[in-house]
Amino acid sequence: MKGERVRGLAVASLGVSHFRSYRGVRMVFDGRPVAFVGPNGAGKTNILEAVSLLSPGRGLRRAGADEIARRPEVLGWKVSAAVRGLHSDHEVETWAECGGARQVRIDGKAATQVMLGRILRIVWLVPAMDRLWTEAAEGRRRFLDRVAMSFAPDHAEAVLDYEKAMRERNRLLKEGVGDAHWYAALEGRMAEAAALIVAHRAVAVSRLMRAQADAGGAFPRAELDVASDDPEDLRAAWAEGRRRDMAAGRTLVGPHRADLAAVYAGKGVPAGLCSTGEQKALLISMILANARALAEDLGAAPVLLLDEVAAHLDEGRREALYDEICTLGAQALMTGTGPELFSALGSRAQRFEVTEVGGLSQVCEMGP
Amino acid sequence: MTQAPGDIERLIELMARLPGLGPRSARRAVLMMLKKRGAVMAPLAQVMAEVAASARDCVRCGNITGADLCDICRDERRATGELCVVEDVADLWALERAGAFRGRYHVLGGVLSALDSVGPDDLRIPQLARRVRDEGIAEVILALNATVDGQTTAHYIADVLAPSGVQVTSLAQGVPIGGELDYLDDGTIGAALRARRRF
Repeated sequence: MKGERVRGLAVASLGVSHFRSYRGVRMVFDGRPVAFVGPNGAGKTNILEAVSLLSPGRGLRRAGADEIARRPEVLGWKVSAAVRGLHSDHEVETWAECGGARQVRIDGKAATQVMLGRILRIVWLVPAMDRLWTEAAEGRRRFLDRVAMSFAPDHAEAVLDYEKAMRERNRLLKEGVGDAHWYAALEGRMAEAAALIVAHRAVAVSRLMRAQADAGGAFPRAELDVASDDPEDLRAAWAEGRRRDMAAGRTLVGPHRADLAAVYAGKGVPAGLCSTGEQKALLISMILANARALAEDLGAAPVLLLDEVAAHLDEGRREALYDEICTLGAQALMTGTGPELFSALGSRAQRFEVTEVGGLSQVCEMGP
Repeated sequence: MTQAPGDIERLIELMARLPGLGPRSARRAVLMMLKKRGAVMAPLAQVMAEVAASARDCVRCGNITGADLCDICRDERRATGELCVVEDVADLWALERAGAFRGRYHVLGGVLSALDSVGPDDLRIPQLARRVRDEGIAEVILALNATVDGQTTAHYIADVLAPSGVQVTSLAQGVPIGGELDYLDDGTIGAALRARRRF
C-alpha cells in the first residue's frame, strides 16, 4: 500500500448558503489536498464544518441545525456538494429550514443521514480534540465511536438503539418502577446493541493499532485498549444491579461507561501524561492510521478535515504529514493562519484565502 | 387569504388535524363537500354521527366495533387457539386485509415507552395474560413493529407469558415480496440473511 497512490474519496465542489459567516460561496476542488489560509475568525473552520455535514451526525462542532444558520438573518442554511463517492459521483445537498431538522438529498432524492455514510467517509481532527487524553471519558468514547463508525456505518444505529433503551431504563429507575419484566425487556435490547457496539469498537482499536504499526517513524505509535465490560456478562450485571442503579437513578455499567486508554508506545507513558505536543502527535498518528486502514478496506482514502493541525507541528513532522496525505491520495482539507505553513506541499495542494469583512466571509483561490 | 365563515373555518381546522391532511388539503376537501352538500356532506355527517354514537372498543380484544364484542371475537370458527398481538387497530385491519390469519387478535393500544409514561397497565397486557389463561390459547403471535419500542414490548410480553408455557412466536423480518435487495437497508438484509431457510 505504501507509496502507491489510490483514488481517494473527494469533494469536487462545495457550495454553502447562509452558513455561519458565509452568505453564499462556491468552491471547486481538483482532488488535491486543499489549504485554507486566513487570520483567526475569518471563517476557515466553517468550511470544514460544512464538509463534515456531508457525513451523518452533527458535524465537527456537534452543532444543532439551528446554531449553524447565518445571523442575524436566521433563514436556515444549505450545503451542496458534488462528491466523488465510494462507487460513483453524487450530488449531495443538506440543509435545515429555520427551526427545522437537518434534511438530506442525494442526487435529487430525499435521503437519510445514514446514507451519507455509504457514499463518503470523512475523518476529522479539530483543536477541541487536543484535550482528548485529559478530559472525561465521554470525549474519548465519542472519538472511538466515530472511528468505529468509519469502519462499520451501522455502528451509529447500534449506539442509538442502546441509548434509547438505556434512557427508558433510566426513567424506570428514576421513577422507582419495580416491574422486572419491563427491565428484562429493556436490558435484552441493550444487550443486543451492546454486543455490536463492543465488537465494532474492538475492530476499530485493532485496525488502528495495525495501521499504526505499518506506518513510518514520523509520528508516534499509541498502544490502545478499550476498557469495557464483556457483553455476555452485561445482561446479568444489569439484572443484579437494579437496586444499586435505582439508588443512583441511572445505569452504572455498560458500553456507555467504556473508556479508551492510550499509551505512548515508544516511552511507555500513558497519553494523558505526555506533553501537549506528544498528545497532538499521537492524535495525528491515529487519524492517519484511521485513514490508512479505511483506504485499505475501501480502496479509496477518506476525506480528511484537519483544522489548525500544521501550526502545532515542527517542520519535519509537517512535511511527513503532507507526504503521508499525498501517498494516501487523500483529499485533506486543512486550515492555517499563514501560507508558509503549507509551503512544503508545493504544487501538491490547492490554496484558498479566507477573509472576513463586516461579519461576512469570502473565499478566493490563490495562485500557484 | 380571505377567511371562510366561522363555523366553516372551524370545520377546516378540525379536518386539518386528520392524518394525511394539512390546512390546504383540508380546505380543498371542505370546499368540495360544500359544493356537494346533498350528495356528499349530508350523508357523511349522518354516518359520522351514527358511528360516533355506536363505535366502541371490543371488550375482549380491543378492536373497534359497534357492539360489546367485535365480529372476530363472536365468530367461533376463529377460536383456533392462535392469538395475534398487534399494536393498533390499523395493524389488525392490515392483517385482515391480507386474509392470511384465521385466529383472533389482541390490540395493545400502543407500545411500552417509559419516556412517554406508557406502562404495561396502559396497554391491555394484563388482559392478554388473562386471555391466554382463560381461552385455551396455544400460540401467541407477536405482530409488533420492528422499532426499539415495538421490540421491547415484544420481549416484555414474551417474558410475562413465559410461565404460562404458551408458545410465543413473532413475525419474520426480511425481504418483502416483490422487493429488490438493492433497495433494502443494511439492517433488513442482515435480518433476512440470519432468518434464511433451506430452498
